[in-house]
Amino acid sequence: MKYIDEYRDGAMARKIAAAIAAEAEPGRDYALMEFCGGHTHAISRYGIEDLLPANVRMIHGPGCPVCVLPIGRVDNAIEIARTPGTILCTYGDLLRVPGSKRTSLLKVKAEGADVRMVYSAADSLKIAAEHPDKQVVFFAIGFETTTPPTALVLKQAKAQNLKNFSVFCNHVLTPSAIRCILESPEVRELGTVPLDGFIGPAHVSTVIGSKPYDYFAEEYQKPVVIAGFEPLDVLQAILMLVRQLNEGRYDVENEFSRAVTPEGNKKAQAVVAELFELRRLFEWRGLGMVPYSALRIKEPYAAWDAEKRFDIKPLSVPDVKACECGAILRGLKRPVDCKLFGKACTPESPMGSCMVSAEGACAAYWTYGRFRQNQQDKR
Amino acid sequence: MTLTRKGPAIDFVNGRVDLTHGGGGRAMAQLVEELFVASFDNDMLNQRNDQASFTVGAGRMVMTTDGYVISPMFFPGGDIGSLAVHGTVNDVAMAGAVPIALSASFIIEEGLPLADLKRIVQSMAAASKEAGVPIVTGDTKVVEKGKGDGLFISTTGIGLVPEGLEISGDKARPGDVILVSGTMGDHGVAVMSQRESLGFETSLKSDSAALHRLVAEMVAAVPSIHCLRDPTRGGLAATLNEMATQSGVGMMIYEAKIPVRPEVNGACELLGLDPLYVANEGKLIAICPGDQAERLLAVMRAHPLGADAAIIGEVIPDDHHFVQMETAFGGKRVVDWLAGEQLPRIC
Repeated sequence: MKYIDEYRDGAMARKIAAAIAAEAEPGRDYALMEFCGGHTHAISRYGIEDLLPANVRMIHGPGCPVCVLPIGRVDNAIEIARTPGTILCTYGDLLRVPGSKRTSLLKVKAEGADVRMVYSAADSLKIAAEHPDKQVVFFAIGFETTTPPTALVLKQAKAQNLKNFSVFCNHVLTPSAIRCILESPEVRELGTVPLDGFIGPAHVSTVIGSKPYDYFAEEYQKPVVIAGFEPLDVLQAILMLVRQLNEGRYDVENEFSRAVTPEGNKKAQAVVAELFELRRLFEWRGLGMVPYSALRIKEPYAAWDAEKRFDIKPLSVPDVKACECGAILRGLKRPVDCKLFGKACTPESPMGSCMVSAEGACAAYWTYGRFRQNQQDKR
Repeated sequence: MTLTRKGPAIDFVNGRVDLTHGGGGRAMAQLVEELFVASFDNDMLNQRNDQASFTVGAGRMVMTTDGYVISPMFFPGGDIGSLAVHGTVNDVAMAGAVPIALSASFIIEEGLPLADLKRIVQSMAAASKEAGVPIVTGDTKVVEKGKGDGLFISTTGIGLVPEGLEISGDKARPGDVILVSGTMGDHGVAVMSQRESLGFETSLKSDSAALHRLVAEMVAAVPSIHCLRDPTRGGLAATLNEMATQSGVGMMIYEAKIPVRPEVNGACELLGLDPLYVANEGKLIAICPGDQAERLLAVMRAHPLGADAAIIGEVIPDDHHFVQMETAFGGKRVVDWLAGEQLPRIC
């Protein structure tokens, strides 16, 4: 564990925090978006906001795969799970995501559907081999990090001619989402949402590399610093962003050079390109329909595509009326601005997806940062 | 003396529990006789009544009950049997009480290997003897295959509180100090490492242990202890939140002071879990007046089950009853109740 502890060292944190405080210019605001839920989680869990001066503010981005999954796709998965003779496998976080009519995979499981939590795509393949009499579906979600493992199980399923296995593919792409945020009128034209720079994804960037961000830095003139998920990584990235902004630069810098290269993981990229192709449109919770932002399974693997096997119809289901997940995911609102936050919507009984995953902005605020709101109330 | 005529011996090597073992007939009587009574062997049980009868000394009695459904049944450092003794002894002890006796009820799923049942019952007997708390009455039921998960055990315990002790979860007061008796999360991680779907190896053992002797030394040295509780399900975080709510106070703990084994930290890192939420079965949390904390800490550390004891924080006034933590990194955060099960993160 020595390797990890070094990235959580309190003394080093105080040093970097002091540098940020010294270098952030008084009278200037720094609004920085961490795209990834992993960073949101680290910021809340380690109390990083306590170490920042008041004019350096973090905006939580949409990089939480559970949070951006639209209700329609959850309903699709629930429909698959309810099909007799089916085992639906998925990652733990997804079980609690509310679909429409306040149902969820966890509730469907309690009603008798066979829904199983797996730690990896490969586990679901194993379950398929063990239950030849059942249709086993892997409910695949995630950004570029979790796509290569899904690609590999599809290849294995084809190689083994495993006919009772299929994948319900919901993999989405980071650059499209960043672009969607930067293109939003609030950011680009109206300027009502100040957004000065980005902390770039950690694990996603190990796969896609740092190059895809060059375009954003240049086209939108916003600095990007790719950072690891440890708290010192995040603090260091904030310092690097403050420095770029002070110097009027908008470069892509790589704080996470221990894992991220400019080109990324070419093997992983190749297997993803072999198995998947771009969808023309895909719905994101919060961002709406985003062009070329998600992947679907290519024709040669159509036999393992759950959308075809179960004849899945696209569903577009609006969020609960008062739920502000959409605005929160675009950085327009903070969790505490939502009327449901902490009242009708808590991690025990989430109304919106941001309250489900530990990486969601609402859950992170509620779980780790609630006392701050109360301190503010008292003032 | 035996109540049954000697039939064919029970096959504890290859045999399995079947419905006749719970049917009230000779097979059941033989199993009770040759396994349960023989293993738990004590005067009260040996009377073979439907109830145990004994005299209790004067004073305040405590009573507690707990069901054990752990999967897998065997794990490094213990099994469902030893756990069913330790867990209930500890719940009695957390009132400062001296445990007197236990009852045990077994709900067995048809098909359970008799070898497993024997191993569990013997481990239970050993734990009860070691703790000096006899299992004085019990019950056995067998349910059809598919209606249980191998074996469920319920144990009930009673104990007597020594004169002068007033230990309760609602007695924490601002200014009190919070102590733990050792490292957090060992049990939960040891058990999780055995679940086949996780498939990782660790040298870690469950901390499952009976804490009543440690408690006896603690209350003898510091009778003014306000609260004692064992952080089982939901771990340290849930237990502190329970006591903060019960007492109507807030708490401030310091991450750097909470003892956690590096292996536990490593496994939690891998699984996306937080050690503060992981179960313990041989640890306790104590809350005592600030001026008694050092004395209590010394007594705990002098006992083998408290060797890694530490002061981890203090009780503070807070209308919201938040448990807050200063992170080792330097920031602050709420240590909240756990929402649902602790699920692994995915990216």
